[in-house]
Amino acid sequence: MSDLDTRLLPAEFADLERFSDWILATEPERYAKRLASSMDEMQQLYDAGMARLEEVMVYLDARFPLHDMPDDAKRLMHLMQSVVMVSFPVEVWKQPRVLDSGAAWVEITREPVV
Amino acid sequence: MAHFPKPAVGSWTENWPELGTAPVDYTDSIDPEHWKLEQQAIFRKTWLHVGRVERLPKAGSYFTREMPSVGAGTSIIVNKDKDGTIRAFYNLCRHRGNKLVWNDYPGEEVSGSCRQFTCKYHAWRYALNGDLTFIQQEDEFFDVDKADYPLKPVRCEVWEGFIFVNFDDDAKPLKESMGDFGKGLEGYPFHEMTEVYSYRSEIKANWKLFIDAFIEFYHAPILHMKQATPEEAAKLAKIGFEALHYDIKGDHSMISSWGGMSPPKDLNMVKPIERILHSGLFGPWDRPDIKGILPDELPPAVNPARQPTWGQDSFEFFPNWTLLLWVPGWYLTYNYWPTGVDTHIFEANLYFVPPKNTRQRLSQELAAVTFKEYALQDANTLEATQTQIGTRAVTEFPLCDQEVLLRHLHHTAHKYVDNYKAEQAEKAAKTNGAVHV
Repeated sequence: MSDLDTRLLPAEFADLERFSDWILATEPERYAKRLASSMDEMQQLYDAGMARLEEVMVYLDARFPLHDMPDDAKRLMHLMQSVVMVSFPVEVWKQPRVLDSGAAWVEITREPVV
Repeated sequence: MAHFPKPAVGSWTENWPELGTAPVDYTDSIDPEHWKLEQQAIFRKTWLHVGRVERLPKAGSYFTREMPSVGAGTSIIVNKDKDGTIRAFYNLCRHRGNKLVWNDYPGEEVSGSCRQFTCKYHAWRYALNGDLTFIQQEDEFFDVDKADYPLKPVRCEVWEGFIFVNFDDDAKPLKESMGDFGKGLEGYPFHEMTEVYSYRSEIKANWKLFIDAFIEFYHAPILHMKQATPEEAAKLAKIGFEALHYDIKGDHSMISSWGGMSPPKDLNMVKPIERILHSGLFGPWDRPDIKGILPDELPPAVNPARQPTWGQDSFEFFPNWTLLLWVPGWYLTYNYWPTGVDTHIFEANLYFVPPKNTRQRLSQELAAVTFKEYALQDANTLEATQTQIGTRAVTEFPLCDQEVLLRHLHHTAHKYVDNYKAEQAEKAAKTNGAVHV
């Protein structure tokens, strides 16, 4: 198989493929992954993702319209959405769950999916 | 000392003398009998927001809504006819009462599009305008006339693209009921903001308690303290919260607030990811490229104090619809659907101008994620309140001037119940009179 068939992300961001289990298209998947992850795992994704976030936006916006991206570019977006998802646990709560949220549960019922 | 001017009488609360300044009795949020009266007096008689017109993009589009607040099992179909008319019907087949539109689970809401509605049970068919058009084995029936069995309509009217229903056929028209705030909001570019994030939560608290939480921001520097940087949190807690302006027009109310975080004056006030994505709780910092959202373009009800530091306005349309507009050009809505005296379903919708690129998309993503973090804290606090007021150890609570709209909400809800009770008593008196004759 060629490189094109096996790679998940654009070649420029191949180093982020080690976080491939965070390539999740919808909020419920990303939220569940957050709750099931350790702080150490989220810190690693956050550190790597934050370092490239600006670069990702510049890269994608120079090449593709938002609603017509090739699959590898979409996966890169989904990964960056996971970086956004873990930002609160890492920057604020120091734990996966929202502080003082107890048994409260809020579910997303409609969302735009990239 | 007040940082923003209060009315000449000295306080917001005393500006509306009928509200009083005494502690407020919260029995209205814990008494099951009172909730039953509210259901009849309020939720069966007022305009209830059920969705945006964009949910019905073409002729034949429909969605169903479960309306437990109106009555157990109540379900409606909202649809769009070929001529563009939007209507609502009870979701019930006229033959033997089967639920007409549902998939798999009768209690779950559905949406889609169709040319006609066909009942799953005996294939009775209804046109988009509700007319009964087909009866299976019609000649087996006795003197049946299809014209006598259309779908039962529910009043349905649209204001600025927001669809409302009302279960009282005698209610005044929606536009009139929206009052001065409704009129003063007309023209805001709601129709441009069609990128939607919707949320739902089952809350173990009376419906009024969540509205209470959203019509005062006295709690914001405290409950949400940890979401700001430590220096910023300390400063916010010391200053406390003061609204720019409050207003009350009939049953509805509004609070206008400062909004220094969109964008922040100093980047050190916000978290690292907010600096990269230019977004946060107050929404994306960069205004979308549409007409109607710049300070001098806003309709008159928005930023009524004409404060240059204005950040957001939250309108509370009685009984259960919040419309919150943010300075950078996006808005959100809340609905609170009681299912009992101490339970309700909370719905929220965030509306943005559709993003044009990944930068705008991720900026909106951060606003949406942040919204949910705050909502979870707010939701959880409510259960802690409900269980404690439910003990009746204390029933009256002091409300400060920044909580004036809570007084108005409970006062208004009580007024509806009192009027309803008076009407029922009058009817009973008449009936008794008739019996004696």
